Amino acid sequence: MNVPSHDEQEQLRRLRWQCRRGMLELDHLLSRFLELGYRDLSEADRLLFARLLGEQDQDLHNWLVSRSAIPPTPYLELAERIPAVAGEHSPGN
Amino acid sequence: MSLPTRHFDALIIGAGGAGLNAALQLASAELRVAVVSKVFPTRSHTVAAQGGVNAALANVLPDSWHWHMFDTVKGSDYLGDQDAIEFMCREAIPTVYELEHAGVPFSRLDNGKIYQRAFGGQSQNFGGDQAARTCAAADRTGHAILHTLYQQNIRARTHFFDEFFAVDLVRDADGICCGALVLEIETGEPLLIEAKATLLATGGCGQVFRTTSNAHINTGDGAAMALRAGIPLMDMEFFQFHPTGIAGKGMLITEGVRGEGGYLVNKDGERFMERYAPRAKDLASRDVVSRAIVTEVKEGRGCGENGDYVMLKLDHLGEAVISKRLPGIRESSKIFAGADPVIEPIPVFPTAHYAMGGIPTDRFGRVAMPAGHGSEEVVVGLYAAGECACASVHGANRLGGNSLLDILVFGRLAGKDIIEFVRDNPYRRNADSASLDQVMSRLSRWDRKGDGMSVHQMRAELRKCMEDHAGVFRTEEIMAEGYEKLCELRDRLPEVRLTDHSKVFNTARIEALELDNMMDVGMSIAVSALHRQESRGAHSRPDYPERDDQAWLKHSLYYQEGDRMDYKPVRTKPLTVESFPPKERVY
Ligand SMILES: Cc1cc2nc3c(=O)[nH]c(=O)nc-3n(C[C@H](O)[C@H](O)[C@H](O)COP(=O)(O)OP(=O)(O)OC[C@H]3O[C@@H](n4cnc5c(N)ncnc54)[C@H](O)[C@@H]3O)c2cc1C
Repeated sequence: MNVPSHDEQEQLRRLRWQCRRGMLELDHLLSRFLELGYRDLSEADRLLFARLLGEQDQDLHNWLVSRSAIPPTPYLELAERIPAVAGEHSPGN
Repeated sequence: MSLPTRHFDALIIGAGGAGLNAALQLASAELRVAVVSKVFPTRSHTVAAQGGVNAALANVLPDSWHWHMFDTVKGSDYLGDQDAIEFMCREAIPTVYELEHAGVPFSRLDNGKIYQRAFGGQSQNFGGDQAARTCAAADRTGHAILHTLYQQNIRARTHFFDEFFAVDLVRDADGICCGALVLEIETGEPLLIEAKATLLATGGCGQVFRTTSNAHINTGDGAAMALRAGIPLMDMEFFQFHPTGIAGKGMLITEGVRGEGGYLVNKDGERFMERYAPRAKDLASRDVVSRAIVTEVKEGRGCGENGDYVMLKLDHLGEAVISKRLPGIRESSKIFAGADPVIEPIPVFPTAHYAMGGIPTDRFGRVAMPAGHGSEEVVVGLYAAGECACASVHGANRLGGNSLLDILVFGRLAGKDIIEFVRDNPYRRNADSASLDQVMSRLSRWDRKGDGMSVHQMRAELRKCMEDHAGVFRTEEIMAEGYEKLCELRDRLPEVRLTDHSKVFNTARIEALELDNMMDVGMSIAVSALHRQESRGAHSRPDYPERDDQAWLKHSLYYQEGDRMDYKPVRTKPLTVESFPPKERVY
């Protein structure tokens, strides 16, 4: 595995703080995904993840946790992937 | 050393419902107001409050603020201050209408009025039939409130410092609070914000316990800042535990699951609540169920490899019922417990949910502390509101839906009082260098290099110790042992080291500062609990199973210096109505 560059480390720390949310469920999912799944994302998907973190907590909860709403198309795949990677059945557990 | 400095009329630390409602009053009155928040404002914990907010609107069933007051006094196990409770219950009605006018999309009845649902602890006619008092905006009440207040603040030109971490309060040469030192998380640079009045609105501290329903940001920062400024914390032993959090994780599994027929079992498959509460069984009150779960685990009947949880079974309800009546539970359980409740039980354990205690304030959000001989003194220029404060409206136990109400009512009132205070005290105060040195040395302490325990490890030990020794099960022996362990951890805290000393977005450094706060607040809970020799509300002691009004109908005050306890009387006289004298609390 490559050691992340200085800039990449900085970006990771920045994202780590963006994973601090108002709901415990999101704290868990997002920060675990950052740890376990982020490095496997393509450049484009990394940008998308950063954009997703800019969304409202209530929406994120509906898309990722309760699945009571379908996320906007660009997020569809990511919204499947996050709970799959960061949930309890994930290999990283 | 010269620090970059900004000046405002008022500094609000915290951008949850309490902080934003206070800021809005100030900004609307053309005061210069700064709001500091360690996360983006709409990511404050208020967003998690999906249940709703109480107000006696009488839209669904007959109701009155006086009945709401009775329920709140009784719910508090008579430890709430009745003047503050009367005030809050009266104010609830205009507060909800104000939110409605501001654009909060409350769910409606067919006749267009705000819909109200029934919650536990709500009654008509002073303990009679069930009342329906909780107003909700679907399942997004907290989100809707926070958003509306944030938008209004933007319009009113409140100055936001997003992702700034407040480190400590600062004082002028006369010892008067004049703002705070904050850290810009992005750059790691300190900034001094001087203000004529400062409001602490930093929310709860559930993270001091290993299993909690609170988000990671709830580390009790404001309460710890108050402690370090010599201010006591009030009634900290009263912490509400919800019996069914996902084991090891803390996320809530709503009471609705047991309401629909789900029940708890131990490792032998025994439905153990039948032994603890033969009639109410799994629907007994929160403290009873929580203690039963912990007893099962302690006596070796817990499930799993470490025997440290029990199971919540609902597969017998069938997929249709689970999907229809308990939406979200299935998904949540699958994601966080790795269990599909349609086929297997959910591992659960009591989860730390809400701090009834906090920074003592009067009805106007002014921080107030004893001044000797039974009198009280306001701490000039310092205010507190929301979950970090103790007004005291929840006493020993909070009712569902009363916390959003508390933060809104007292947040607004603090804002109004600050307007008057600033008018009467228009001059600028400057932080004294001794006060600044103290704060800066707390910061630079984390620059020390070398070997030492990690923040992560210390944090884990602290949270485990709090759960084991100051959690649901509280006997003299368990708590005294806990106090010793905590003292030991506190002594070792100066040896904890950071490995990452970078500046930009050094979140490890923020977590280290949070650890300091968690230690201070954790200690206040443990010491206050150890001293109260009775069972009242959320504080239940098998060795003192009864409520003792003779000796203990009084508020606890914990001072950090020497871990000292003091007490003050409960304000049993309401503003305009007769007092509700203590009675046995039966439901
Ligand atoms: C899962 C859950 C569900 C709930 N549901 C309900 C409900 O339905 N009804 C109800 O009445 N109550 C409910 N509650 C309780 C209620 O949500 C909280 O008590 C309330 O939202 C607290 O609001 P607040 O304004 O005091 O603080 P918060 O909303 O927690 O805001 C605290 C603010 O302080 C800031 N802050 C903290 N420390 C610092 C620092 N060092 N520097 C800078 N900023 C800082 C944070 O960034 C944040 O902006 C629930 C609680 C939980 C855990």
